Amino acid sequence: MSSHVDYLYFFLTANLIFFTGLVAVLVVYFAIRYRRAKNPKAEPIHGSMILELTWTIIPLGISLVMFAWGAVVYFHFNRPPANAMEIYGTGKQWMWKFQHIEGAREINQLHVPVNRDVRVVLTSQDVIHDFAVPAFRLKGDVVPGRYVSVWFRATKTGNYRLFCDQYCGTLHSGMVGEVIVMDPAEYQDWVSSRGEGSLGQQGEKIFQQLGCNTCHRNDSLARGPNLAGLYGNPVKLKDGSLIIADEGYIRESIVNPSTKIVAGFDNVMPTFQGQINEDDMIALVYYIKSLHNQQPGGPVKTSPNSTEVPGANPPVKLQ
Amino acid sequence: MSDRTVVIHDAPEHAAHHPMLQHHFDSMEQQKEAASLGMWVFLITEIMFFGGMFAAYLVYRYWYYDAFVWGSTSLNIWWGGTNTLVLICSSLTMALAVHSAQLGMRKMLMFFLLLTLGLGLAFLGIKAIEYTEKFKDHHIPGQADFHLGEIKMADGSTIDVSEPKYNVDQKQAQIFFSLYFAMTGMHAMHMIVGAVLLSTLLYMAWKGKFSATYYTPVENIGLYWHFVDIVWIFLFPLLYLISRVHR
Amino acid sequence: MPREHYLNSEFGIKSWLLTKDHKRIGILYLLSITFFFFIGGFFATLIRIHLLTPEGALVSADNYNKLFTMHGIMMVFFFLVPSVPAVLGNFVLPLMLGAKDVAFPKLNLMSWYILITGGAITLWALVSGGVDTGWTFYTPFSTTFSNTHVITAAMGIFIAGFSSILTGLNFIVTIHRMRAPGLTWFRLPLFVWAIYATSLIQVLATPVIAITMVLVGLERGFHIGIFDPRYGGDPVLFQHMFWFYSHPAVYIMILPGMGVISELISTFSRKPIFGYKFVAFSSLAIAVFGFIVWAHHLFIAGISVYSAMIFSFLSFVVAIPSAIKTFNWAATMYKGSISYRTPMLYAFGFLGLFAIGGLTGLFLATLGLDVHLHDTYFIIAHFHYIMVGGMVMAYLGGIHYWWPKITGRMYPEGWAKLSAMIVFVGFNLTFFPQFILGYLGMPRRYAAYPPEWQVLHVLSTAGASILAIGYLLPMIYLLYSLRFGEIAGDNPWGATSLEWQTTSPPPLHNFDVTPVVTEEVYDYSKEREAAFV
Repeated sequence: MSSHVDYLYFFLTANLIFFTGLVAVLVVYFAIRYRRAKNPKAEPIHGSMILELTWTIIPLGISLVMFAWGAVVYFHFNRPPANAMEIYGTGKQWMWKFQHIEGAREINQLHVPVNRDVRVVLTSQDVIHDFAVPAFRLKGDVVPGRYVSVWFRATKTGNYRLFCDQYCGTLHSGMVGEVIVMDPAEYQDWVSSRGEGSLGQQGEKIFQQLGCNTCHRNDSLARGPNLAGLYGNPVKLKDGSLIIADEGYIRESIVNPSTKIVAGFDNVMPTFQGQINEDDMIALVYYIKSLHNQQPGGPVKTSPNSTEVPGANPPVKLQ
Repeated sequence: MSDRTVVIHDAPEHAAHHPMLQHHFDSMEQQKEAASLGMWVFLITEIMFFGGMFAAYLVYRYWYYDAFVWGSTSLNIWWGGTNTLVLICSSLTMALAVHSAQLGMRKMLMFFLLLTLGLGLAFLGIKAIEYTEKFKDHHIPGQADFHLGEIKMADGSTIDVSEPKYNVDQKQAQIFFSLYFAMTGMHAMHMIVGAVLLSTLLYMAWKGKFSATYYTPVENIGLYWHFVDIVWIFLFPLLYLISRVHR
Repeated sequence: MPREHYLNSEFGIKSWLLTKDHKRIGILYLLSITFFFFIGGFFATLIRIHLLTPEGALVSADNYNKLFTMHGIMMVFFFLVPSVPAVLGNFVLPLMLGAKDVAFPKLNLMSWYILITGGAITLWALVSGGVDTGWTFYTPFSTTFSNTHVITAAMGIFIAGFSSILTGLNFIVTIHRMRAPGLTWFRLPLFVWAIYATSLIQVLATPVIAITMVLVGLERGFHIGIFDPRYGGDPVLFQHMFWFYSHPAVYIMILPGMGVISELISTFSRKPIFGYKFVAFSSLAIAVFGFIVWAHHLFIAGISVYSAMIFSFLSFVVAIPSAIKTFNWAATMYKGSISYRTPMLYAFGFLGLFAIGGLTGLFLATLGLDVHLHDTYFIIAHFHYIMVGGMVMAYLGGIHYWWPKITGRMYPEGWAKLSAMIVFVGFNLTFFPQFILGYLGMPRRYAAYPPEWQVLHVLSTAGASILAIGYLLPMIYLLYSLRFGEIAGDNPWGATSLEWQTTSPPPLHNFDVTPVVTEEVYDYSKEREAAFV
């Protein structure tokens, strides 16, 4: 992918050199050829429609090519492949924290397997940050209050610098790290050696700690919607509108439940804003994402080490 | 002298000058047209200024509709409506003031200016009453005890919109009131400036500065006053009317 | 020198501080913005020295953040935005129109007081501890997290904005209503068209930054959630509102410079500007299109792909009029009679550097590339090429060009040429390495950086020290010329616009007799006494 960007860059650089060179050569040539000592009388030429049209239409044409090519590359950046593996991350003043689905957590380092599509889902704990990996020609703002994602496919093993590219305060320049691209086998070893319980398990713990299962259950005592099979599917809201449940919706329903009430339910869910930080939120959201359709009755279950999530990658806008 | 220019013999110094003609202008007409154009351009900048807030309001109303409905309903439509009437009347009296100036009728001009000023001050007084009510109701954003709760409806009933069924998020309600105070506050500041301008006009009229040949300040401040009125004509429906529950 | 002119008609501090004469007000602005320029420049010097080493040895991270913030605020709001309009526009515009003054002289003086009040308040924020939000004040950092004097700085900018609005208003009315008889729109020098287009932007865009600053102040002061997501607000909404002004603002900053360049190239080629109408309408087109490209600053902030495409397309469209102008300027030199006087040297520099700056803007309009280049040193290099390589060079060119008219004296040509060349060399050495740094991935606003990039930073700092010399020299020799410069005469350049048809310095009321214009613009057919060819 970075080569796409580089070809585009070379095209624009060539254009830059050509036109700057053209202007420079003309200016220098005219300045010398028509200097006052040699040419005391100037010829009052007022203009030329042909020239005006030429130097309007040609730049416009070149611009259209640049625009179209750039748009295609941008689309590519914005459409992660459906089977990309997911890693979650939080930016906070002034560090990056990443959480792998298998449970591994790391700070300022991101281990990924080579030749695999990786989608990183990010949010900020505080101010706007930016996840930037120059080697991948990639970046995306990380905004508090919502989830964004970037994706890449590393084609060579190695360490690549990671920067925060949106000014975020005192140690903005300290918020640097590395993306460590490993052979798939090595990656597997690395990620399973960091056992802390998978992300899903961590999420399930939080789900129970916060008492979510008191209302979100599959039987007659339920006062909240059943969360099994929620993620990736349409939800009908009280005002009649229909939305697709994505990570952002799940998070919003936890911190600001009264914004979107599901049809058939009352606005009785309390807000959990301030009671859960973004790292734990990621685990909780992931857990809810992982809930499969279950038999009726009792609280919902998931398979503990599951890395597969049904409907894992619906078309998510870079939002 | 360069051969580009043609010599024009200027009129004898000060003999034919209108006393109010400023020396960088060539004629009263040029001066008047310049002043008018200046005021119109200024009013366009004011549109951009208020426009920013209107845009923010519309965006948040779309996102936080329920909170905006009840925030709006909690505003006193009688005071708001009275204020609208007051301002519309004040625009009428302002127009009559300009008309009197055009006819050179000094006493009438002063009378209508005074009336306009009075109506403007009445508007501000009513706004003060509204703001005090909001303070007592704990509807000031940033107050520690901010709470959008009980609202008295037009049919006499009282409802408490902090109950879950009304779907009012207090944070979102704070945003409504922030925008309410920012917009009406900015408008009120413009009214105060207008009141000062009107007082200045009154003073100038009293001193006999205006005549049928020179009343430009009256005309242009009239334009300003009408503009401030029009901003309210937009504010009132947006804040008080379109979102509220009428009962 | 004429016996009586605007400088010796009255003496004393009151005659300056209470003046209604646009020429004296122009000089008041000249002094103020030179002061602000050197403050902003001082911060830039500290930044460049700090960046000599990868760990950043000069200041702490917090202080570094304050340095680049104040550098940006001072340079953007208190130097670039006022520069050509308030200094050269104020001085030259009424003269060029054959008018005795601007439409509202008292308002003009008030605009100056408003600017220095805003400047004083902003400097107060500086001395009482500084601001560290970046000149872009992104939320929620600026509204909730920063511990510095954000509200003070926001207030200073809010107030300074009114200076810009009122100046723009004044110029619009002046151009519409106070042109001399015979001076039709298409006989106006292109400088006037540029000032006119700039004034339109000033008047329409600046109120939006005013209200944005008010909202930031309110949110910070009262903890309401317009922009902070923890209170229900939207941080990206701030970016939209901020850039809705700040993008047109960059056109406020460059259009007047382009107007100056038109005058310089015409005068020092002794030819009309090629494609006059195209250049005039391009100024207006830039003003109009400049309003609808703001979200190209938000391409990676999370806006929808479709809106990003629209803004990308429009950003290419807005570049076209600038390209048209550049080609027309170059074409003007064809079969001209080119002089190498200092103002023309600055114009040559402008042509090359603005071309690079503008063409690198295309890199950023290209969506796929912007992802990589956003918030890197590439952006810094891009806008400095346009603002410093373009605008400041145009400004200096204009100062030298109109210096004889303003003061009645010539600057020393040898020193001036030397300074221009020092500026050109210093500038390129400072900023070209930054393009490379940016593509390699060096982020903006970093107080420390990976060691392999040190060489490029050292080159940049070396360039900055050369550039500083290039800016200090004019201060010295221009002051020197006030006393010891050659007497200039009415029209040392043999130029055609109306300001050259009156004395240098001009009389208090500009023209002894109101000119009537009977010729087309840029008509060099009459033999003009050009003493300084």
